[in-house]
Amino acid sequence: MKKAVALISGGLDSMLATRVIQEQGIYVEGINFYTGFCVEGHTQAIRNSQPNKVKRNSALWAAEQLGIKLHIIDIIQDYKQIVLNPKYGYGSHLNPCLDCKIFMVNRAKQWMEKNQFDFIITGEVIGQRPKSQLKKYMPIVAHESKADDILLRPLCAKLLAPTLVEREGWVNREKLHGFSGRSRGPQFDLAKKFDFQEYAQPAGGCCFLTNGHYTKKLKDLWKHRGRKDYEFDDIILLKVGRHIRPHSDFKLIICRDEGENHFLESYQHQYTSLKPISHLGPLSLIEGKINAEYIHFAAKIAARFTDAKSNDKVTLEISSVSGSIQTIKVFPFTADQIPKEWYISS
Amino acid sequence: MTHHLDARRLLCPLPVIKIQEYVKTLYPGDILEIVCTDKGSLSDITAWCRIHGHYLLSSSKQNQEIFMTIQIGIC
Repeated sequence: MKKAVALISGGLDSMLATRVIQEQGIYVEGINFYTGFCVEGHTQAIRNSQPNKVKRNSALWAAEQLGIKLHIIDIIQDYKQIVLNPKYGYGSHLNPCLDCKIFMVNRAKQWMEKNQFDFIITGEVIGQRPKSQLKKYMPIVAHESKADDILLRPLCAKLLAPTLVEREGWVNREKLHGFSGRSRGPQFDLAKKFDFQEYAQPAGGCCFLTNGHYTKKLKDLWKHRGRKDYEFDDIILLKVGRHIRPHSDFKLIICRDEGENHFLESYQHQYTSLKPISHLGPLSLIEGKINAEYIHFAAKIAARFTDAKSNDKVTLEISSVSGSIQTIKVFPFTADQIPKEWYISS
Repeated sequence: MTHHLDARRLLCPLPVIKIQEYVKTLYPGDILEIVCTDKGSLSDITAWCRIHGHYLLSSSKQNQEIFMTIQIGIC
């Protein structure tokens, strides 16, 4: 029996592509790549905004619906070069979608060879995404990933030249599909046929690099550090809180809810933090250079987000990275004293 | 044999990745006790066990920490 490895994002298209191939008697296992920029898992895990929503990894959930094994692969470090220096450039934000697809298919090929599988399948649909799924880019992905003829796109295969997988009769090309365009109608019909009752439909995509608010913060980080680079904790912290930069030397990360408060507590040993103790309010971190003047200024901003009135003096506990703790009393800034330009994003 | 894995502070899917790599070094029947803090870990690790033929023996939550015990299956 031939064996295929499927790139599973957790969305509908990769589920459909997998099931189409399973229906032809092919054994399938899935792989899912973790870049550090994934949206849903972290947002759900950190914030309290949707407490009733089931917190789950969509790729694992999809694999379970399909009855396949799923291997989640950490590509955080290797993926940095794709984000920092994409050969084919960025999309509308900092999304290196074409380079990303090439990279992932190449990694899938390496996995396939190591585990003695025969071909790779993806849920790509021609024209579905502007950057990586245009027809002219499909051969580039196949060629540059070195997957070439063993990369099968079951949802749009009929619109592409037959691959080795089809020519050798491992799968019946006639039972593949010819989907194209941004309409999701054919996919929904096929989902109905396969009786897929539920599937992830992330609004705005599943990668933070396609999110303007997020990439604004990433660009700000590069600009103020003076170099285009990041560590894992950097890209995680960009997902959390309000980011306010009153000075080129430092910025504040101010929590927006209890979930973020709890999450940022685990970073207090890495960053100077401010915690209101006289009033209710969020935990804040200071990222950048620290001195007494900056701390006082940051405290006035942080105090603004407590329940104190503008004429209340707010006491905050300042914890340094070394573990020393001091208190500071400040009058909060008024809303007018925090200009909009300081907000890197909401 | 019983093994222990600390996956606290790791966000989804890192606890699953850590378990996945650790389990490669274990044998069928071995027990793995895991502690993690990501709220999604409970459903994710449970799903991962079902997919790969391992057995979730117990799970509990204490304050912010989630404790899970799994037995390695034949896979």
